[in-house]
Amino acid sequence: MKSMKRRFFLRVSAVAGGALLIGGGEEAAAQPTRGSRQPGPPILPSAFVQIDSSGIITLTAKNPEMGQGIKTALPMILADELDADWKLVKVVQADLNEAKYGSQSAGGSRSTPNNWDLLRRVGASARLMLVQAAAQTWNVPATECTTDLGRVYHRASGKSLGYGELAAKAAALPVPDPNQVKPKDPKDYKLIGKSLPTVDLPAMVTGKPIYSIDFKLPGMLYAVYEKCPVFNGKAVSANLDEIKALPGIKHAFIVEGNGDVASLASGVAIVATKWWYANNARKSLKVVWNEGPNAAHSSVVYAQKAQELFAQKPAFAIRKDGDVEAALASAAKVVDVKYTFPFISHAQLEPGNCAAKFENGKLEIWAPSQTPGRGLQMASQALGLPAADIVIHQMRTGGGFGRRLANDYLVEAAWIAKQLPGIPVKLLWTREDDMRHDFYRPGGFQHLRGGVDAAGKLVAWHDHFVSFGEGEKFVSSSNIPPAEFPAQFVPNLGIEATLIPTGIPTGPLRAPRSNSLAWVIHSFIDELAHAAGKDPVRFRLDLLGEPRVVGKGMEAYDAGRMRACLELVAEKSGWGKRTLPKGHGLGVGFHYSHSGYFAEVAEVSVDDQKRVKVHKVWAVGDVGSQIIHPSSGINQVQGAVIDGLSEMMAQEITIDKGRTMQSNYHQHQALRMKQAPPEIEVHFIKSNHPPTGLGEPPLPPLLPAVANAIFAACGKRVRTLPMAKEGFRWA
Amino acid sequence: MEIRLNVNGKAVAVDVPPNMPLLWVLRDELDQCGTKFGCGAAQCGACTVHQDGAPIRSCVTPISSVAGKKVTTIEGLSPTGSHPLQLAWQEFDVPQCGYCQAGQIMTAAALLAKNPNPSDADIDSALDGNLCRCGTYLRIRQAVHRAAELMRTQSSNPLRTTAGK
Ligand code: FES
Ligand code: FES
Repeated sequence: MKSMKRRFFLRVSAVAGGALLIGGGEEAAAQPTRGSRQPGPPILPSAFVQIDSSGIITLTAKNPEMGQGIKTALPMILADELDADWKLVKVVQADLNEAKYGSQSAGGSRSTPNNWDLLRRVGASARLMLVQAAAQTWNVPATECTTDLGRVYHRASGKSLGYGELAAKAAALPVPDPNQVKPKDPKDYKLIGKSLPTVDLPAMVTGKPIYSIDFKLPGMLYAVYEKCPVFNGKAVSANLDEIKALPGIKHAFIVEGNGDVASLASGVAIVATKWWYANNARKSLKVVWNEGPNAAHSSVVYAQKAQELFAQKPAFAIRKDGDVEAALASAAKVVDVKYTFPFISHAQLEPGNCAAKFENGKLEIWAPSQTPGRGLQMASQALGLPAADIVIHQMRTGGGFGRRLANDYLVEAAWIAKQLPGIPVKLLWTREDDMRHDFYRPGGFQHLRGGVDAAGKLVAWHDHFVSFGEGEKFVSSSNIPPAEFPAQFVPNLGIEATLIPTGIPTGPLRAPRSNSLAWVIHSFIDELAHAAGKDPVRFRLDLLGEPRVVGKGMEAYDAGRMRACLELVAEKSGWGKRTLPKGHGLGVGFHYSHSGYFAEVAEVSVDDQKRVKVHKVWAVGDVGSQIIHPSSGINQVQGAVIDGLSEMMAQEITIDKGRTMQSNYHQHQALRMKQAPPEIEVHFIKSNHPPTGLGEPPLPPLLPAVANAIFAACGKRVRTLPMAKEGFRWA
Repeated sequence: MEIRLNVNGKAVAVDVPPNMPLLWVLRDELDQCGTKFGCGAAQCGACTVHQDGAPIRSCVTPISSVAGKKVTTIEGLSPTGSHPLQLAWQEFDVPQCGYCQAGQIMTAAALLAKNPNPSDADIDSALDGNLCRCGTYLRIRQAVHRAAELMRTQSSNPLRTTAGK
């Protein structure tokens, strides 16, 4: 993907009232479609920028906003290249139209890298046209004109014109080739790198109805949807007549579903004049379920099975470098341990919801989805409607964390709305619905063996990963990539796996795979460092070796960028230089994921009751040459640290008889304010690489940093998450 | 059953079952959607409003129990959106997704009304019931301190807001 030369095009038009409309896109041939070598669909021009004769500039935020700040960051790129006055910029959220805007998903920290080049070129081209319009008006060379804050200046004659005054004229000019237009030199950025007021901030602090859950239409009815507690179970019958007789209830019906919980699980829909009536009616609801084969699944059985499988040979190999067994046999020291981590839930604060209306054969959806394009396809298939007859509006969401990569709430709402033509319907899940019907971060079991030689060098590494899936096919987000660190850095390295079949839905959660693997890998590296009698930072620097890029393509790992992060975090945290208070310990971890390099150090104390206090965390990241909006960048990193702490201490989803045993935050706890470290110090290394996303990469290293700090503080190794299971709790 | 109460300074009457939670009366009967639904079980604090100045979880408060009472929501905290907390929240760019923030601000407003100079520990314990899933706690704490400072410097000013009282 990296090596593919991206080519862009531009379309310009005049709009009534003297406005200039500029759109751009990536040429179809160059568009990589995920997971295939086929070119993506043809791209039509998209309206990214509209400059009105009044000077107001409307920028389109095309990607879903869920708190990651993309609704501010992407327009900032355009506005900076355009030299616009941010005060005159209005940002509007685009509806779903991937033919027009290109990919509109949010996930994998991809929004920034996918749009950086395109938006810079669209902005720079628009600026060029306005300059040319001014130069023609004044009959001066364009090279003598400059721009600032939405105006073109000709300093020699003292003339200037606002972008609004030039819009109509610019619209009539020949369209420049965006591939030839030169974006700004980064030293000339006026907006990128500044913490501008975040779009929607005033609305958020005054309680404006900006979220998906707040969206209403006249005549709207409200729905709840009771699904079988056992995944993929089916509703056979229910006391619908009794339910329909309850106050406020308008409709109640069974939905057969299509056998795919990611699309439309079977259940009972109750529709009322107000949501509370619908939800209250559930207390009286009696459903006969056909629970199906998943009723036999339970976490206890999975854990027993994993221990049995550890006693057997792994089912298949994922990577084999050198001769691991020989290297282990001749190693000076061998460490042989097992790690376990649980299923966890996304638990984003705004529960699943979606509004839909079906009228005259057309379906309109208002959805809080991270992948609205996929949602449209799924609704089209589930409902048997042509995709062309479905419109999706993107709603601001109260957190995503990967939960809204799935579109189950969307298909459910669409299905219910289709049964009630002409009536807008809002589906809202309870917290219990949300937690019991998630696509969980899958748990896993790892048996690790590692060996160091007499010089303290890591020479052998073997991982038997017992995960979930069928045969050699992992369920979503449960795999270990063959290039996972320290692969390519240890001469004798084997990764093998055995999979346990599961019917529990799994899916990506913030930093998928990395959020569990980094904890296992860097805790184990710490164990090996201690076995080697080496300082944990020194041991890691030796492991990374000289600054260089190891591996190719998707497997490329820049040891130099990681070293720089590790060295800086060691320096900032005073690693090895400070005398720590009694009972305190420092721990370190690093991880590369989603194109970002992060190294983190935690300082913790543990008392004799195993009460843990995290005093401070230092995080150093390299996500390329620019941090577009530093304030939200730091916020993301600090949030990732807090999120990581929540995952460590108490979060666990357990399954019994095929159903989720946790239902609300009291059983799946997120960190509270008083448990948060008083300080989280964040540093960015601005390396000479294109900017990449920040939502995910800061999370994974936090877990091993804290676990290793606990070991440093009290000598106890955390090998099971959540660590409450090992008797730890927050001080 | 008709129930009368005062919401954000206005007398209102609603005809709903007595056990309907205040949260759903606010959101669906009175169209005040600033108060959020997160858990429905007094676990997250997203639904925090004031009843006669004290913070309550509206998701577990039956409407009958606030009959005749004064309820203040985020929409009524300040007529112009310029309560010191709202200003401080913007100054520190506190929110990520923002979904928890109305609840955080309402809890903090009740704290500052009682305690004009809270310590970190006072803030932590007042806001213990307010989850921020995005993890903006450090900025929330800073912003509460800043708001307290703004309120103290305003206290000689006759225009100072009385919200939360
Ligand atoms: S919604 Fe009321 S406390 Fe969570
Ligand atoms: S900002 Fe998202 S939950 Fe607090």
